[in-house]
Amino acid sequence: MNGTAPATVRVLRPSLRARLPVQLLLPAGIAAIVAYLTLLPLIFLLYGTFFTPTVGGQAGTFTLQNYLRAYTDRSALPIMANSFVFAVGTMVVSLVIGTMLAWITERTNTPLRGLFFAVSLVPLIIPGILFTLSWIFLLSPRIGLLNLWIMRLLGLSAPPFDIYSIGGMIWVEALHWSPIAYLMMSAAFRSMDPSLEEAALMSGSGLAGTFYHVTLKLNVPTLLGASLLLFLRGLETFEVPAIIGLPAGIHVFTSRIYLAIKSYPSDFGLAGSYSTILLVMTLTGIFLYGRITREASRFATITGKGFRPHVIDLGIWKYTMATLIVGYLAVMVVLPMFVLVWNSVLPFYQRPSVQALSMLTIDNYTFVLKLPKTTRAVINSVGLSMGSATIVMVMTSVIAWITVRSRVPGRWLLDNLTSLPLIFPGIVMGVALIWVYLTLPIPIYGTIWILLVAYVTRYLPYGMRTSSAALLQVHRELEEAAETSGASWGRTFRSIILPLLQPALLAGWIYVVIVSIRELSSSILLWGPGAEVLSVYIFDLWQTGHPQELSALGLMLVGFLLVLAMVLRALSQRYGVQH
Amino acid sequence: MVKVQDLVKVYRTGRGSVVACDRVSFEVEDGRFFTLLGPSGSGKTTTLRCVAGLERPDGGQIELAGTVVSSDQHGIFIPPNRRDIGMVFQSYAIWPHMTVFDNVAFPLRAGGHRPSSGEVMRRVSQALSTVRLEGLQDRPATKLSGGQQQRLALARALVREPTLLLLDEPLSNLDAKLREQMRLELRQLQRTLRITTLYVTHDQIEALAMSNVVAVMHEGRIMQIGTPREIYERPANRFVAEFIGSMNLIPGKIAGSVEGGLWRVETPYGSIACVVPPDGRPATDVLVSVRPEDIVVVDDDSAGKDAWDASIGQVVFLGESVDCRLAVGDLELRARLHPSFVKRRGDRVRLSFRADRCVAIRLEPPDTETA
Repeated sequence: MNGTAPATVRVLRPSLRARLPVQLLLPAGIAAIVAYLTLLPLIFLLYGTFFTPTVGGQAGTFTLQNYLRAYTDRSALPIMANSFVFAVGTMVVSLVIGTMLAWITERTNTPLRGLFFAVSLVPLIIPGILFTLSWIFLLSPRIGLLNLWIMRLLGLSAPPFDIYSIGGMIWVEALHWSPIAYLMMSAAFRSMDPSLEEAALMSGSGLAGTFYHVTLKLNVPTLLGASLLLFLRGLETFEVPAIIGLPAGIHVFTSRIYLAIKSYPSDFGLAGSYSTILLVMTLTGIFLYGRITREASRFATITGKGFRPHVIDLGIWKYTMATLIVGYLAVMVVLPMFVLVWNSVLPFYQRPSVQALSMLTIDNYTFVLKLPKTTRAVINSVGLSMGSATIVMVMTSVIAWITVRSRVPGRWLLDNLTSLPLIFPGIVMGVALIWVYLTLPIPIYGTIWILLVAYVTRYLPYGMRTSSAALLQVHRELEEAAETSGASWGRTFRSIILPLLQPALLAGWIYVVIVSIRELSSSILLWGPGAEVLSVYIFDLWQTGHPQELSALGLMLVGFLLVLAMVLRALSQRYGVQH
Repeated sequence: MVKVQDLVKVYRTGRGSVVACDRVSFEVEDGRFFTLLGPSGSGKTTTLRCVAGLERPDGGQIELAGTVVSSDQHGIFIPPNRRDIGMVFQSYAIWPHMTVFDNVAFPLRAGGHRPSSGEVMRRVSQALSTVRLEGLQDRPATKLSGGQQQRLALARALVREPTLLLLDEPLSNLDAKLREQMRLELRQLQRTLRITTLYVTHDQIEALAMSNVVAVMHEGRIMQIGTPREIYERPANRFVAEFIGSMNLIPGKIAGSVEGGLWRVETPYGSIACVVPPDGRPATDVLVSVRPEDIVVVDDDSAGKDAWDASIGQVVFLGESVDCRLAVGDLELRARLHPSFVKRRGDRVRLSFRADRCVAIRLEPPDTETA
């Protein structure tokens, strides 16, 4: 503080790189990529439905024709009615199943409730298309095993169930989503202070009354959120409407869009307007869902106090409940898997019998594996899912850093752009991408590259959720310590952030691999010869009448997904990774 | 040498902006231990982070070892990785995916010019032995105790032999006993290495015990810079007087000088001899600050005619001392007395003050007083 200051003070001129730091260039670059992936399809979809096609260099003009057609079409009203009934039915049935089971496993002393963790994996490892097909094998009026059994058992002359009905569609769809309802509701029950229930019991309320007045009503926000989510799933789903609905003549939005594209010539205008209608509904739904879950966090069923999970003694009733659990496991896992296995080991379709047992064969497996198309589909699917998972996790780890850590202005925009694909049902994403790549001079339509674009775009939000949750758990000072140790941003990201995120990124990667392999609704519109993927291939095998071969192939796929899901589960438990 | 001039940092929040650093200026001479002391929210950590380059200042200039690293005037901002610094964080920020060795070696390997592996080995061992962690190199960093992690963070900050060591409340996560021990160790280490150190703490004992120079901060501003003794014995303003230790403040007016460089201050309770600010003039309104240990209590007339009459309030026996409240009219004073003191509540006594240790503080203008 005396006069020892150096005679000249050096002024370090920052280099160009320092003046345009990576912290600014990188967000701009990545935002451009994300906008290209997520915003462009939306813009093209809207443009395409409101403007006439560009013909011979002449720009399109504004038109409402597509929407008028969509609404005045003869099939418009039934489609809306069907979509609504199907989605609401799916929601109600899966919620009832899920809530019942959640209460039984979380709040009562029913035996066998430990089996449940396995069920939560079902939607992950049994792709929708296989689950749907296996229920056709069980409940088809002509070949359904359950129908045949019951007819013989009760001496009926006509099959008791017909899967080709709105009821059949709801049953399969609701069953497939019931684990989601179960998981959401059981999480809510688990975080609820049991003394609230005990207080009701002490006050003289019965078990049923307590469940209705306390347990259920306290969880109204969760229930609302779950309902909305399941309703949206019912609107967006493609497999059941296409595989069961179309032959039954029950059309909903997604299957109608598929038909419009697959008809000759393709009716892009109609597909686009139905897509836009669907998009508006999912957008509204997701907006409301956000509001409800925010509301739910204010609903204080969770206290800071640690409480021991308390169970209600059901007495003799617990055995009745146990049969419910066994029944649920049967319809979720045992029956669908059994019918697939049974189909896959017989040369042609027949009901189980001693005589049939003598015909067991593995020919279906060897046959399907020898088909050149199989090899191609496997290579494409594995390559695509791993490629898209890698791209998604690399991108989202950087995006998460930008939105969680940096102070770049406008980072909220990047966050929202990354979540944008959530509003796209798979089939709508397919339609939008067709539009983009038939318009832009990028010749990837019908190749695996458009599938890669579709998968990356659709699963960006999934990767984002994992990455940002994981990054929030990494203390900011760990990063700053690297900076003050002389590490550049790139070095810090590579040596500190990525290694610390590694378990989460790996878990997210496996998750995206799983969902990409099962993806059908976008792929079915975008694939072309040479770009077959497994899900489309299985769909194709069904339509060309190869139930044995598709069962064999499907089972191998389930086995593969099961292994992946187990690794994912182990990772999640070991590192507390959140999804 | 660190030179901070008119540093300004403003945080924009949803409801407006908060000035975290308001024209902060100070200098740290080479080899000194400089502490920024203040309550939470006083801007001390923000100042440190600006020096580190972790925050980008909105105004002012920062110089490290003769190099301008940050200046709004010249549009310069050197990122932290290009500043010659070592930093220890409040959470230690030990990288959990690395061994002890890798943690310490990282600063050597991360920079532009990488030393040979033999050189890395040598310097890491040296840094580890400096903080007495030798032999633990191959341990996963997470397997260390809190105190060991603290040392590891220090070794990592020292390994590049930076010109400036930055410490952000490094002891606040340790338990009381360990903190005391680390305080002495850290001080010893700094004195041995003669490394220029900028230290941030809210703990006045840490600041007084370790520093060569202390800057007391409040609401983004530096209130006083001085040696620990100056800060404690000659507080420049009311905030410093009240923040450091406990203090009795008695309002009064400067009356005139007495012998020995002392001045007489008239208060409503009697007159008191004390030190006044250099520019203190008669008739200036002041607050006389008196430490509890500088009050002398007697029960006879031996205290002289200037002694004040007082009655004893609450008396608390603390073993090493007796904490005693004294009432002089409507004024309550706090005194720390010898444990042999045996008076009871209500007893009448006389009290005097150790004149050379009483300091008159100028009253701040009323607007800052009420702020």
